[in-house]
Parts: sequence; structure tokens; C-alpha cells
Amino acid sequence: MVNSGDTAWIITATALVLLMTLPALALFYGGLVQAKNILSVLAHCFAVACLCSVLWFLCGYSLAFSGAGPWLGDTANLLLAKVARGSVRAGTAIPESVYLMFQMTFAVITPALIIGAYVERIKFSAVLLISGLWLLLVYVPVAHWVWGGGWLAARGTLDYAGGIVVHVTAGVAALVIAVLLGARHDFPHGIRPPHAPWMVMVGASLLWVGWFGFNAGSALSAGGDAGMALLATHLSAATATLMWMGIEWIKFGKPSLVGAVTGTIAGLAAITPVSGYVGPEAAVLLGALSGGVCFLAVILVKRVIQVDDALDVLGVHGVGGALGSLMLPFLTLLGGGVALSRGVGDQFAVQALAVGVTAVWSAVMTAIITKFAAATVGLRVTREDETIGLDFAAHGETGYHHSAR
Amino acid sequence: MKLIVAIIQPHRLDAVREALTAIGIEGMTVSEVRGYGRQKGHTEIYRGAEYQIAFMPKLKLEVAVADARLDDAIQALGGAARTGKIGDGKIFVLDLEQALRVRTGETGNDAL
Repeated sequence: MVNSGDTAWIITATALVLLMTLPALALFYGGLVQAKNILSVLAHCFAVACLCSVLWFLCGYSLAFSGAGPWLGDTANLLLAKVARGSVRAGTAIPESVYLMFQMTFAVITPALIIGAYVERIKFSAVLLISGLWLLLVYVPVAHWVWGGGWLAARGTLDYAGGIVVHVTAGVAALVIAVLLGARHDFPHGIRPPHAPWMVMVGASLLWVGWFGFNAGSALSAGGDAGMALLATHLSAATATLMWMGIEWIKFGKPSLVGAVTGTIAGLAAITPVSGYVGPEAAVLLGALSGGVCFLAVILVKRVIQVDDALDVLGVHGVGGALGSLMLPFLTLLGGGVALSRGVGDQFAVQALAVGVTAVWSAVMTAIITKFAAATVGLRVTREDETIGLDFAAHGETGYHHSAR
Repeated sequence: MKLIVAIIQPHRLDAVREALTAIGIEGMTVSEVRGYGRQKGHTEIYRGAEYQIAFMPKLKLEVAVADARLDDAIQALGGAARTGKIGDGKIFVLDLEQALRVRTGETGNDAL
């Protein structure tokens, strides 16, 4: 039986989550690159969103959310064959069309998150090939394991809105692609700073708003669970922002805008897996933790191991998502948390297994996909095209025409 | 006639304009430029990583003056542009062969 309130909220949430990719993530990433690569990043986000939508229709939804096998769904819903006007998603009071659209927006943003690792040097054909294969070989199975009734769900893994399914998968994939693709030619000492920090802030702000749909929408109903997830999401983001800002202020003498809004995203990624299971105190605690931990993770990747995960996908998204997923059992103990069906220690073991297996699966499959892309379409543009910038070299366009006329 | 080409700190533009206007020199062309001298550059920090900014943003002024006004103009411009800190810029003076006001066809000092 369809509930009109639930349905209205999930349609709204679906729109908010699509907004996270188009244009929020595109602007967040676009502002961080050089002016000569702005359009290429926007094009990557746009094209990946469209490609993954069509793949979701063709087979992604069926393989992730149809059937309850341990490893993968079934093929009953290829081409969405069984989705009728009157279909209601089992376990919810919303139409299946709305449920699959809501899930589609998650399937869109997850491969798009990885874009941050390979900007400013990758071939456009490689973006499409890697994103499409990655959706089907990494996102779809992991979404089934955790959310579609697969083996991790059977073991009791808790991931409210995608700390594991979205952020751990994408973060690990970002590191693997960055290693196999190689750094930008002037990394680390000649890299140019973000060309438009204001655009990064606009993107982060839209992501923040969109995240209300991501997390509160994951309640799949309009009620107390959605409300608490909304509250936790906002508080974690705000606290993480202040934390990152404070660290920069103490360490570098000035609190930067780019740093502050990076903290926001770290706080949002961290609260994602726990948002529906905890109360406001836990959200503030996790926000503070994520601001500090993700700051250190970004420095570790970029400066210590010197991998050019260009826009810090692993450090911000991957580590944030893993942190929230692992802290989940402990955070439920604070005020407003849900009662777990098992002990805190047992739940932590379940969470750690899920994070670990998902990370390994994503790493191995991403490596295979990237090697395949390297052997077929090739990964990198020429050094000359990298210097010219991908906007003109790959798309024949220029982001900014400076002229008095 | 002389052409004064001055590289100044962007935030001194208003003071320079006022100083030149005060001594009756009206008209200048301003360009946003980037460069380095003894100031070298500076570093900016994004997400904990330091970026070297080798070329500093400056303004380039071009002011044409009659020979008799050159010393006054240089003094006014230099005085208004000076903060005393490294990076204040430089003033160059070039010989100017001819000038022509497009609207009236006046030439030489009359065109300035």
C-alpha cells in the first residue's frame, strides 16, 4: 500500500540526491582544478551521471536490488521489466519506480565521486569506460551485499545511507586509479592551486543540502527516522567544518575557506552510515572526529605516500565513510541512539569485516578495470594536451573567455 | 614626451590616481599583470598542501606626460605607490615619439 507522505518525501529526496551530482559535486570538484580544466570536470560529472542512469535501467537495478542471493541480485528486472505503475517496493510504502529512482541517484554519484582522483590528465573515453564497468562490477555487487539482502546484510552489517556502499568503495577506487594512472606531470611541487575557491564553497553548500535527501531519504519513509537522520547530518557537517577550520588556524595561522568546506564534506561522509541510528550528541562527536581524522588522511595520501589522488577522494570520502561505519556501534550508545540487536563488540566486528571486504573488493576490481581501460582506450592524454588543458584538448571548448568585448 | 610604465601593488591604485590627478595629470591605462622581482612569490596552503605562487598579481600603469611634467609625475606616482615593504614595484620611463588624440587629431603635448 503506497503512503502518499512517504512517496512525496522520497521523490523530493531523489531530486536532492541528483542535485548532489549535478551540479553540486561538479562545482565542488570544478573549483578545485585549474581554469583550463574546469569544463572537463563538469563534463565528466554530467556524462557519468547519464551513463550510470542508463546502465541502472539496463541491468544495474536488477542485479543490485532484485532477488536475494548472497552475492548478486537476479536478472528478473533487466530493462526494469517488472516495474509496473502499481508496483510497491517490498518493505516500504513507496512505489518501486520511486525506490529505483532514489537508488539510481546513489548509483550516479558513487562513480562520480571517483572523478576527483583522476582529473586534469585522464582521457574522456577512459572516464566513460572505467565508470561504466566500475558501476557494474563494484557498486552493484556491494550495494546488493549490504542493501539488497546479500551476505553482508545477512551478517547484520549496518550502513544507513552508504558509508560502505558509497564512500569506502569510491575512496579506495580513487587511490587505485590514481596510482595506476600516475600523477599530474607537475605533482607534487608544481601543482597549481584551486582556480575558484568560491565555486568549491558553492558546490559544498549544495552537497550539504543534497545530503539531507541522501541520509534522511534513506529512511525510505517520512517520519521520526528521517527527522533524526536530518538532524544528525546537519550537526556532523557543522562540527566537522569548525574542527577543520580550527586545525588550519592553529597549524597554518589562517583558516582557509577551501579547508573549511572540505571539513563539511568529511563530516557529511562520516555521518552517512550512522545517520539514522544515532542522536545529536553522537553526530557532534563524530563530526569533530572526522574533521581531524580526514585532515590527517589527506596529508598522509598527498604528502607522505605521495599519491596524486588529486581532489582527495580517499582522504575525505573514503576515510570519512570508513570512520563512521566503524564508529557506528559505539555511537549508538549515546543519547537518541537505536538499540542494536547484538553487543557493541560483535557489531564492531561485523562492521569491520564489511569495511575490509568492501575495500579489498573495490581495490582488486578497480585495478582490473583500470588495467583493461589502459589496454583498450588508454588512460592518459598526451603531455602536450595535459599542458594545454583538457577543456580545449578533449572538448574543444574554453571555460573562460577573457575579452573586453 | 615620456611614457611612464609603473608596476605597483594593486591596492595602491586609488592613491596613485588621486596623486596624479592632484597635480593635473589626467589619464592613465591600467592592466592587471603578474610578475616577480625581489619579492619572488608567496605560498598558499590548500588542504594542508603548500602551493608556490611564483608570479604575484600587480597592476601596470601607463601614463604619458610632457617632458616638463616628468619629475613631478614620478614623484607623485612613486610617493603614492610606496608602502615601504618589499613588492612595492618599479617605475620605468621611456621616450615617447608621438601622441595623437583620436577624436580631434591633436598631436604632441596637446594630445596628452
